Amino acid sequence: MTLELHDLVAGYGGEPVLRGVDLAVADAEFVCVLGASGSGKTTLLRTVAGLHRPTAGRVVLGGHDLAGVRPERRRVGLVPQEGALFGHLDVAANVAFGLHRATRATRRARVAELLALVDMAGAQDRMPHELSGGQRQRIAVARALAPQPRVVLLDEPFAGLDAGLRADVRAQVADVLLATGSTAVLITHDQDEALSVGDRVAVLHAGRVAQVAEPRELYARPATAWLAGFVGEASLLPGRRDGAVVRTALGALPCAAGPPADVTAVVRPEQVRLGPPVPGVPTGAVHAVEFVGPAQRVRVELPGGLRVTARVRAQPRWRRGDIAAVSVPGPVHVVDGTA
Amino acid sequence: MVAALPLGYLVVRVAGAGDRVAAVLGRERTWLLAANSLVLVLLVAAGSLVLGTATGWLLTRVRLPAPRLWWVLAALPLAVPSYLLAFAVVATWPGTNGLLPLTAVLVLACTPYVTLPAAAAFRMADAGQEDVARTLGRGPVATFRAVTLPQVLPAALAGTLLVALYTLSDFGAVALLRYDVFTWAIRAAYEGTFDRSAAAVLALVLVALTLALVGAERWARRRWVRGRTGVAVRAVPQVVLGRGATAAAVLGLAAVAAASLAFPLAVLAGRLVQGTRGGVDVPDLLRAAGSTLALGLGGAVLAVALAAPVAVLAARHHGRLVAALESTAYLGHGLPGIVVGLSLVFFSLAAVPALYQSAAVLVLAYAVLFLPKAIGASRAAVERVPPAVEEVARTLGRGAARTWLVVTARQAWPGIAAGGLLVMVTAMKELPATLMLRPTGVDTLATELWRQTALGAYGAAAPAALLLVLMACVPAALLARDPGAGR
Repeated sequence: MTLELHDLVAGYGGEPVLRGVDLAVADAEFVCVLGASGSGKTTLLRTVAGLHRPTAGRVVLGGHDLAGVRPERRRVGLVPQEGALFGHLDVAANVAFGLHRATRATRRARVAELLALVDMAGAQDRMPHELSGGQRQRIAVARALAPQPRVVLLDEPFAGLDAGLRADVRAQVADVLLATGSTAVLITHDQDEALSVGDRVAVLHAGRVAQVAEPRELYARPATAWLAGFVGEASLLPGRRDGAVVRTALGALPCAAGPPADVTAVVRPEQVRLGPPVPGVPTGAVHAVEFVGPAQRVRVELPGGLRVTARVRAQPRWRRGDIAAVSVPGPVHVVDGTA
Repeated sequence: MVAALPLGYLVVRVAGAGDRVAAVLGRERTWLLAANSLVLVLLVAAGSLVLGTATGWLLTRVRLPAPRLWWVLAALPLAVPSYLLAFAVVATWPGTNGLLPLTAVLVLACTPYVTLPAAAAFRMADAGQEDVARTLGRGPVATFRAVTLPQVLPAALAGTLLVALYTLSDFGAVALLRYDVFTWAIRAAYEGTFDRSAAAVLALVLVALTLALVGAERWARRRWVRGRTGVAVRAVPQVVLGRGATAAAVLGLAAVAAASLAFPLAVLAGRLVQGTRGGVDVPDLLRAAGSTLALGLGGAVLAVALAAPVAVLAARHHGRLVAALESTAYLGHGLPGIVVGLSLVFFSLAAVPALYQSAAVLVLAYAVLFLPKAIGASRAAVERVPPAVEEVARTLGRGAARTWLVVTARQAWPGIAAGGLLVMVTAMKELPATLMLRPTGVDTLATELWRQTALGAYGAAAPAALLLVLMACVPAALLARDPGAGR
């Protein structure tokens, strides 16, 4: 089912938290909404679910405007933070909670089906407090999917899990959503999460959607300097575009052609090469080195005081104070204006 | 040990009474008393559960004007002893008696025991669960019933148990409103006959009823409350009611506050004005106030001294022996004051006759009765001191005892002192045990109030009553500190 948000404004008296959100989610699409804490992510989800009344704007689900439709009539599935399982009900009753109009037999069959789907078959009689964090989260997803919602909303569902477990549960939940052909919106403040699971990522900033794009596109071509820094790591180099090159402190770098203008080049750490000083190549002093296993993150200070971050192989080893030649071989992405 | 003493002695005494036991148990009157007590307890418990849960909901989930005020007003009836409220009723409408007025009085006096924990539970309930229930097709009412209530019910039920225990052991209000229950009959049996075994048997039946109540609450908890409910990730936002509904809510809260607080205070003030015209015996009153303070302080010091080792053990070690020790200490919680009073009368007469009707026995009675309050407060205070802090002190070269003194006790003392204060004020309001055990010729404010009311001298009783309320306001104000005020 398609979900469209048109110019959605919402808040709690005073300054609105959402200042005109536009977003279109296609049928069976999985969109991640990425935002810093306090950016209004939860408010956005609750507004879609009908739990928060927007000040202005429209929520359209499957072509129907949901204005005035109460949450219990919207057929929207919700997976809140930490799962929010009903602590007084066992797993079966939790999953069957939204099936209260079905017959007993249908209910039992559907519960078994969903538990199998989330890899929790046979867990019917367990109580929420007996489950691990990841299991609770999977039951919460099963519960949301049970009445076949038209769209599933997930509110930071993996935030409470250990880092190691998080990736597993995330992949599993993404599989389930894909298998059931669910239209889903997941909100998160974790960039890695947003880039890894969604079909597309919408970045929420200052109460608006700053950019919607596929993860690779968002990472490779952020629309603004702020987005470049927010989604992944980037060195922002001020420069002047001259045809299909941008002239920066690291020399003239190839970029998409455009009219001459002051621009900012977005250089990802993995695009930067370091080497022994060579005449004609800009050099900088190594300022800090972080060893991260297969690689090292090296921060280099250029003569003008500008700092560039490089992610290079663990060998050869760089040390603070080394002088390195800094180069960017490939084309770079540029954004308008200076950062 | 000390806590188990009265009950143990009562059992010994009844066992020694032989066939008198059967005679008392066989009496139709004994069963009538039991039925009366149960009816009263059921009515008051049900009333407090409903009123307290509703008040808790209003206080936490609805945006009200002047929210702090309603919190304080909802907690403050804790400061008004039930017999004071009964006194106000009797003084205003002489001749009032029976089940229904008594139920109303006790519900008003006891509801805060439910309101405060229920409000805390409403506040701690997770918004996520209610959101999910709504999206899964339940309306607001169905959501409240299926999801919110199960999260609040354990706390509300625990509060209701306190209400039931309070009702069962209440002496002053039932006596003033002339409703025939155990506490009243025990005292009558004690005063009226030479054979005090009958009183002991009745007291033991009352203890059995008390245990049955505790058991019933445990059963209800297991039956309806399964599992643990999660921790709130996000608090539930408050409902903004329409103008009419807000006015109705405020009016309801105000009516309860007026009936439980303003009404008795107004009656007292009125009586005070009339009474002073007849002349108040000020030295007498001051003497009563002085002995009340001294006895209360004695009880508090003894209770805290007895509580400290149990509290430290309970906070730091979780063995089975410690659990048993702690629950023994909690006996006093369920034992009605009249039972403790009666058993200590027997005990002092049999064991140390010199102590009979001495202040020491009364202080001991207070300590037994209110030990749980002291333990609860001290335990919570000690638990808040992280064990790591003690460990650091030990590695820095302090011995175990010295560490406890300079680190643990140093940080925990405000909580321990608050527990002592609570014991002291509760002891100052205590009536039935005081009536039985007070040294001859010594009056406390509570017994003074009792004596004057029994004579129908409502005006003369008013000053003592007013002093009592003022003193009891202190811990109620402490308890009323809004747990979520910072939010």
